[in-house]
Amino acid sequence: MSAPDGGAGLDAEAAAHVRAARLERVGRWLLPVAIMLVAIWLWDRVCVWNAIPRYILPRPGAVLDTLVADWPLLFSSLLVTLKITFLGLVLAVVGGVGLAVLFAQSKWVEMSFFPFAIVLQVTPIVAVFPLINIYVDNQTAKLLLCAWIVAFFPILSNTTLGLNSVDRNLTDLFRLNGASRWQELRLLRLPAAMPYFLGGLRIAGGLSLIGAVVAEFVAGAAGQQSGLASRIVEAGYRLNAPRLFAALLLISFAGIVIFLVLTLVSHLLLRRWHESAMRADG
Amino acid sequence: MSAMREDEEGGQPLLSLRCVVKTFSNRVTGVGGVDLALRDGDFLTLLGPSGCGKSTVLRMIAGLLSPTAGSLDWRQGMPDIGFVFQEPTLLPWASVFDNVWLPLRLRGVSRGHAGPAVAQALELVRLSGFEAAVPRELSGGMKMRVSIARALATKPRLLLMDEPFAALDEINRFRLNGDLLDLWREQSLTVVFVTHSVFESVFLSSRIAVMTGRPGRIHREIAVDAPFPRDEAFRTSPPYAALCRDVSHVLGEAMNAAAGDARVRA
Repeated sequence: MSAPDGGAGLDAEAAAHVRAARLERVGRWLLPVAIMLVAIWLWDRVCVWNAIPRYILPRPGAVLDTLVADWPLLFSSLLVTLKITFLGLVLAVVGGVGLAVLFAQSKWVEMSFFPFAIVLQVTPIVAVFPLINIYVDNQTAKLLLCAWIVAFFPILSNTTLGLNSVDRNLTDLFRLNGASRWQELRLLRLPAAMPYFLGGLRIAGGLSLIGAVVAEFVAGAAGQQSGLASRIVEAGYRLNAPRLFAALLLISFAGIVIFLVLTLVSHLLLRRWHESAMRADG
Repeated sequence: MSAMREDEEGGQPLLSLRCVVKTFSNRVTGVGGVDLALRDGDFLTLLGPSGCGKSTVLRMIAGLLSPTAGSLDWRQGMPDIGFVFQEPTLLPWASVFDNVWLPLRLRGVSRGHAGPAVAQALELVRLSGFEAAVPRELSGGMKMRVSIARALATKPRLLLMDEPFAALDEINRFRLNGDLLDLWREQSLTVVFVTHSVFESVFLSSRIAVMTGRPGRIHREIAVDAPFPRDEAFRTSPPYAALCRDVSHVLGEAMNAAAGDARVRA
């Protein structure tokens, strides 16, 4: 988009403003990419200058080569990790929203159970895992449980906050019109909680991935069903640094994609009405 | 004083408030003994300073609060009520149509069946054609019109309005004042209107109840006998100025009396 009417109607200050805005738009993408490229180049140079062996620190090119060469192996592991992440997130949404709706029905329920949700959240999952390991047999179920414990809290706490932060006048309006509890929940509380829920969902997406990876680290590999974490552990034992980096790259990439997808979903759902999703004008 | 004169000319008695008191949980008495009679076709304004309990009275009439003491007596049963808040209080995620449909929807009327009623309500506030817009795409005055349309969608007999135009600029406020009077006459509504503006109260009302604060009481009722319809010319006419002067005087008197009370109690 170019500046309107070539700056003819703009005074110096407004023209400077337009230039600054255009520069910012380009810079927002260009700067991080440029810094990333410089960092990769430096990484490569450091390896060459210091003659670092590839089992300590592989050159970026070697990582890329490994990524291509090991692609079938890594890709199947990525799918395993993504499956756990996605299922964990779905369960977190179901559990988090379900509990939040339950909490919203009565202050007493919330007061009684919210502290337990906090306990579950603040206890490091790595410390809890040995217990899960004893009580749960199925490997997938173990990992899912971990991903769920890590991911459900932001959804629960955000959605609870959202369900309770409805404009009081709107609740009065619903009462005046004889709305049932269910109508109030469906037509007022749930839509009002949407921005909060989506904020929680974005955090939970990343956490679910972390939960899936951490759980697999502590659970150990299980043959065909190995996810990326097992590949990393395995590569570490074998001093296969390039594959380690390649797996790491895939995990980060997966995290970024999850975040971007959830941000897009959030934007599409809120763009017509919520401040957070609106473009600042002028 | 404010004895009830039910035999006075006007419509059938609709509601009597007798010695209505409201004490809040923090032991503050918001309303301390209000007597008020409402008749069919009234345009009654509760006028008073902030915190004088006028909104509390309105909320008790709506049934959103129940009185601590005293009684509200609906002479013909409680009618359908439309309530307009100080803010437009629209659902920000819902279209204009859905917002106006809401009270009908809560009564179990489907979207299809609500169509004509919603269209009519929007036409009354001159917003036909904006059905698909969402609230943030509208100006402050238009949002308030949607809010009024929503209150009218169920075709209520009684419209309760809690400082609905306080947040609008003067041009919009004047226009909506005029529109509201047209609605009141054309739809034969009964309106209870809360405001702290003397000018607004005189322009709109058939009757003004001047209130004093802490605890809220009705100091005096004033009949505004200027004839309807009132238009913009009325705003600059000598009778309007005289009425405003009288009402201001009563309001000043009420506030002095309240201040005197407070000194006596202290």
